[in-house]
This record gives sequence, structure tokens and C-alpha cells, in this order.
Amino acid sequence: MSTYLRGIRTPHRKGTKKKPVLRMDVPATVTIPMSMHIGKPATPIVKVGDLVRVGTKIGEADGYISSPVFSSVSGKVVKLIEHRLITGAATTAVVIESDGEMAVDESIAPPVVNSKEDLVAAIKASGIVGLGGAGFPTFVKLDVDPARIDYLIINGAECEPYVTSDTVTMLTRADDMLYALRALRRHLGIQNVIVGVENNNRQGADAMAALGQMMDDLSIKVHSLPAIYPQGGEKVLIYHTTGRKVMNNQLPIDQGCVVLNCTTLAAIGAYLQTGMPLVEKCVSVDGGAVRLPRNVIAPIGASFQDLFDFCGGLTTEPAKMIYGGPMMGITVPDATAPILKNTNAILALTKKEARLPKTTACIRCGACVNTCPFGLEPATIAAAYDKKDIDALKDLQVLSCMECGCCSFVCPANRPLVQMNKLSKQLIRDEARKEGGNK
Amino acid sequence: MSSYSKVMISPHIHSGRSTARIMADVLIALIPATVAGMVIFGERSLFVILVCVLCSMGFEALFNLITKREQTVGDLSAAVTGLLLALNLNATTPLWQCAVGSLFAIIVVKCLFGGIGQNLVNPAIAARVFMVVAFTSLVQPAFPVDSVATATPLSAHEMPSFMDLFLGNYGGAIGETCSAALLLGGIYLLIRRVITWHIPAAFMGTVFLFSFFMEGFNAYEALTMVLAGGVLIGALFMATDYTTTPPTAGGKLVFGLGCGLITCLIRYFGVYPEGVSFAILFMNILTPYISRWTRRKTFTEGGKCL
Repeated sequence: MSTYLRGIRTPHRKGTKKKPVLRMDVPATVTIPMSMHIGKPATPIVKVGDLVRVGTKIGEADGYISSPVFSSVSGKVVKLIEHRLITGAATTAVVIESDGEMAVDESIAPPVVNSKEDLVAAIKASGIVGLGGAGFPTFVKLDVDPARIDYLIINGAECEPYVTSDTVTMLTRADDMLYALRALRRHLGIQNVIVGVENNNRQGADAMAALGQMMDDLSIKVHSLPAIYPQGGEKVLIYHTTGRKVMNNQLPIDQGCVVLNCTTLAAIGAYLQTGMPLVEKCVSVDGGAVRLPRNVIAPIGASFQDLFDFCGGLTTEPAKMIYGGPMMGITVPDATAPILKNTNAILALTKKEARLPKTTACIRCGACVNTCPFGLEPATIAAAYDKKDIDALKDLQVLSCMECGCCSFVCPANRPLVQMNKLSKQLIRDEARKEGGNK
Repeated sequence: MSSYSKVMISPHIHSGRSTARIMADVLIALIPATVAGMVIFGERSLFVILVCVLCSMGFEALFNLITKREQTVGDLSAAVTGLLLALNLNATTPLWQCAVGSLFAIIVVKCLFGGIGQNLVNPAIAARVFMVVAFTSLVQPAFPVDSVATATPLSAHEMPSFMDLFLGNYGGAIGETCSAALLLGGIYLLIRRVITWHIPAAFMGTVFLFSFFMEGFNAYEALTMVLAGGVLIGALFMATDYTTTPPTAGGKLVFGLGCGLITCLIRYFGVYPEGVSFAILFMNILTPYISRWTRRKTFTEGGKCL
């Protein structure tokens, strides 16, 4: 029997891995939303006409679970607009006209870190959030009793098709990661580091193994993961690297684990060395409609169009444009959407790539049931959702669904299964809110 | 270049698996048994097969047309039902009875319950049982064209040889006698991952063990009980129908075990010489309960989901 959770084999399509990484031209304007993280949006602290430089703070964190926002170019604030996030929520976005100089804010200096508190404060001030895609403020994960941490797990699994920006990090930013690991060891007492890399990413695994040899006072183990989607899911990664199960209502730290994406780790290292907050991001620009697919280092707030233009433009009108990979990524209606802190890829898919089969009747084949990494029964959940049976939905554990989409991917009838799971979760939450309101 | 592109929820790619492809695989897997049946029982069996398949597809198309439903005949499930029904009939079955059986399978068992995926029992099995009860033509098995009439192995004391069982040279339904052809098709379905091993293994295993015990611990006799009659076609093709069987591995094992047990009980203690159809039909009815009883603990509840 396999010792791994189930999943699917997706097409690989990681051609950008072999292409050189280029820093894109300075865009004419950037649009920087105040909400690029999980938690409360930042509060804008600039007004129209203000001059800003690279690294100038333009949004202040609001509350504990929040994150500050910085200008990614030098230039002038021209507009504060209401920006529609891809989640549908509205937030303020600061539009900055670039002067093309990319002059750095003079206040930028490496933070002084002498204790755990200093480190957490520095990471909070850096504006770093989970760069694997979740966008959860990173300092929150580290603001724990160091004695509770058994393992620091570096997420080098990049299971979505097309996306290679984390692999690029592993191949090119070992020094930043090393610096961050040293700081984490010193101030959080981290002893055991496990890097999870898929077994079809040989280069990434080799780079991480080399990193391990550079640290003689810290055990860094590279754990080879099966090339099965989804390996990057936090609970999946923890189970496969440590054998520990993060149960319902638990956080990774309850199982002694802190998981950081490899690019997040590199961003921490870069900030500790330079003091430059998170203002740029390596983004995989790919999809059949992109003329020259490659990884691009882009300032946060640059638009899809800016990146496509830098990659030779589009060869055909894209049928779909996506933030992230095709399994969990979110579509955007037009190419004005900005690069966010947690954007790891943008895709422009052709009609052919984006084509999905027709939805037909469920034949109860059980493919969804036998593919779900967490052992859920998506078809049964969908039936319960149709009846709006909240008790049954809770009983079926739909709240633990990580929305990886394996069920929809394998369904021979192309039923919208993960979509029904999402609706079911929302239904349960809405009901809980209603009940809370009645009390 | 227009400024808007399609916005929709993930995932944005699909495996490419389809119901029609799965059904086509089942049809492919049945080719050996179909050819073997025609060789063994002569060209009369070809007519039975043609009538069943064409009537099944025709009735489904007609039903969708009359009730103004989306046309589903292209998913090939009606063709599978028709072929399976034919392979479970005698080559001598009157063709009008084949048509009535197809009507029962498609209209009564499948369409009236909501079409593909909604039927409670396997349409081909239900139709066969209906025909066994309604028509006398199925009570006694038909015999190979070139052979002296021998009794069916399950109702006589004289068993056919192992080689005859393997090649299907004995009395029975068109598609059930040639073990070699059925096994070949079963292996194809396993390789194509259309079915898993659980139901066939549990079904055949139970029949073997039960018979082994009943035949005084004679392994040869027990093996004969597995190869003879409808166990192979039932275990590999009928009891593995998705809609009417449980989805999880545990549920499938329970289902297969139940099928094997009831088959043997009917064979050894019932009035009918063969019990495969009744066994599968009965277990079909229990499937919703088995599915519920065998639901797994999810990963975040501490379950093993490997």
C-alpha cells in the first residue's frame, strides 16, 4: 500500500523552469491594493500628490492579523481608487505613476535583530505574507513559544502545472534562504528543518541538499515527495514529511510544525540583510497565449498586461487569464489586474487549454471519493448541498476540504464538485453567523 | 483584442476522463466474450446481441425524445446495458423477448428512475431476472451448436472438463461460458482502471471458499463453481457497475462478499440452479446502506486516507 495521501497526476507544463529569469522594465504605473493578505486590509497612509520611493510605506497594518504595504516604484501617488479584489470584496488601491528611477527610500536599512521579539517584529514590518499563495501574514506563524516548534518545514512543493517560481527561488536564492534559516535557528531555536520537494524536481532537490551542507549546525533534510498533486497543501506536506496529522480545529503548530514556503523564507532572508520590504515578486508568466513564457521579477502592482508585454505579448486572445495555477487559480476579467504579494504565476490560456468537457449526470463511479486526499465524499456532499442539509454537510466533514480540486479534475461527468464543496462551506458559515446573530 | 476573458471558478483543467470513454472501455472489454459467444453458440446469438443493443439504445433515445430530455444515448451506457443483457441470455431466446427485456431494462429500471446514475439496480440484471420469471426460454440453458446436449454444470452431476469451462464449450448464456474471454476483458478493465479488484476478488473468493467447504474441501470442484455459470461475467462486469455499487474499497469488499454468499446459498439451497443475478440484484438494493456503513473516517478526523 502507498504511504502517501491520494491525489492526481496533472499535466506538468513547467517549461518556464529552463528559461532565464528576467527583471521586467519599470511599468508606467502600478496599482497596489491594500489587501494582499489574509486579515484586515492595511490603511493607506499616502494621499494624491505624495512622492514615494521604492520601499516607502504606503499602507499601515490594521490590527494583529494584517500586513503593511509598500511602494514598489519611485514616483508620485496619482490616485486612490476603489479596487475590486478577485474575491469580490472592495478595497482601496494606491495608484503610483513611476518616474522610472526606481530610487530607493532613504529609510531602508537592515533591521536590528537581537531577540525573538525583534525577529517577529522585523518580519511583521517587512510586509511578508505567505508567498505560496495563501497570503497569511508570516510573522503570526512565528509568534509562538519556540519550545512548541519541533519542525520547520520548507514548502518546496510546486504541484500546480505551469508554476515554477518557487523552483526558481530554490535554484537562485540559496543565500537568502540560508540567512533566514540562521536567524530562525538563533532566535526561535529551530533544530530540525525539512524541505519538501517533489521527486520530479531534481534540480530543486539538489539545490536544497547543497543548502543543507552549508549549515553544519542545523539539520536540514530534503524530503522527496511524490509528484502527485496536491503536495503543497499544508496538511498534506506536514503528513508526508513528518507523519503528523493536523486534525480538525488544529493549526500546524498544534502538531509542532511551522510551514514556510521557500520563497517566503527567501524573502525573510532578503529583508533581514537589506531592510527592503516585500516590493517585488518572481512570477511565472505562462500559458499557450503567451509568446515568450518565462519567470519575471515584477514590482508588486504591475498589471497582467505589463508582464505579458514584457514576455513578447500575447499570440492570441486568451480564453482565460488566471492568478496562480490552473488547479486552484482565480480568473480575472481583464489584464489590468495587478501582481500581488502572493502572486506566484499568471497564466493566459488559449481556448484549447481552457476547454472543459460538458457536465453530464453523475454516474456514482466514486472517482471523486477515491481521489480526495482527505477521504471526503464530494459526490455525497454535492447531493447534501442540493438539499441544503447543513447537518449532513457537517457530518460529511466538508469544512476540512482544502479545495484542491482533484475531485472536479477526475470526474468523468465533469461535475462541479469542489465548487459545491466551497458553496457548502459557505452555507455552513452563513448558517453559523445567522445563529450567532439570533443569540 | 477584446478586453474581457472568461471568469470562472477553479479548476481550469480536466483529466479528460468521460462517461462515454468509460462505457467504451466496457464495450471493448466485452468484445472477447461476445466473439466467443458467437463462436460457441452460432450466428443465432448475433441476432440476440443486435436486438438487445439496438433496442436498448433506441428505447433510451426515444424516451429522451418523448420526454424532451437531453439526449444521452451518446454516452454508450445503453449500449453497455444492451450488450450485457444479451450476453446473459440464451442464444435461443426469441427475439421479441429480447426486445421486451431491453424495454424493461432501459425504460422501467433506468429511465423512469431518472436515467443514468439514478437507477437503483443494475438494468441488465433486473431485466434478466424479469425475463427468467416471465419467459420459460431462460429457465434451461442453451447448448453449444456443435455439441451433443449436455446438462448445465450447475444442475447436473457430470461437470464439464476444466478446459471446456475455460473455453466455454458447455451450456449457458451467450457470454457467460467462456472464462478465458471474460478474464481477458476483466484484466483490460483493471488495467484501464475502470474497475478495481475489490468486488471481483471478494465475489469470486467467497464463491470459491463457500464451494470449497460444501464440496468437501475439493479445490478442483470449488474452482469449477467459480468458472461455471454466471459468476465471472457477474463479478467482473455486472457487480462492478458504478451506480449500483458502493464507492469505497471497504464497501466494495462487503458488496462482493454479499454477492458471493447469496449466489452460493441459492445454488446449494435454492430452487434455481443459478443465483448470480439474484445475488447482485439483492446487493444492489442494499448498496445505499453499505455505502453509508462503510464511509471512511476523513484525514482530519484521524482516518487513514492512503
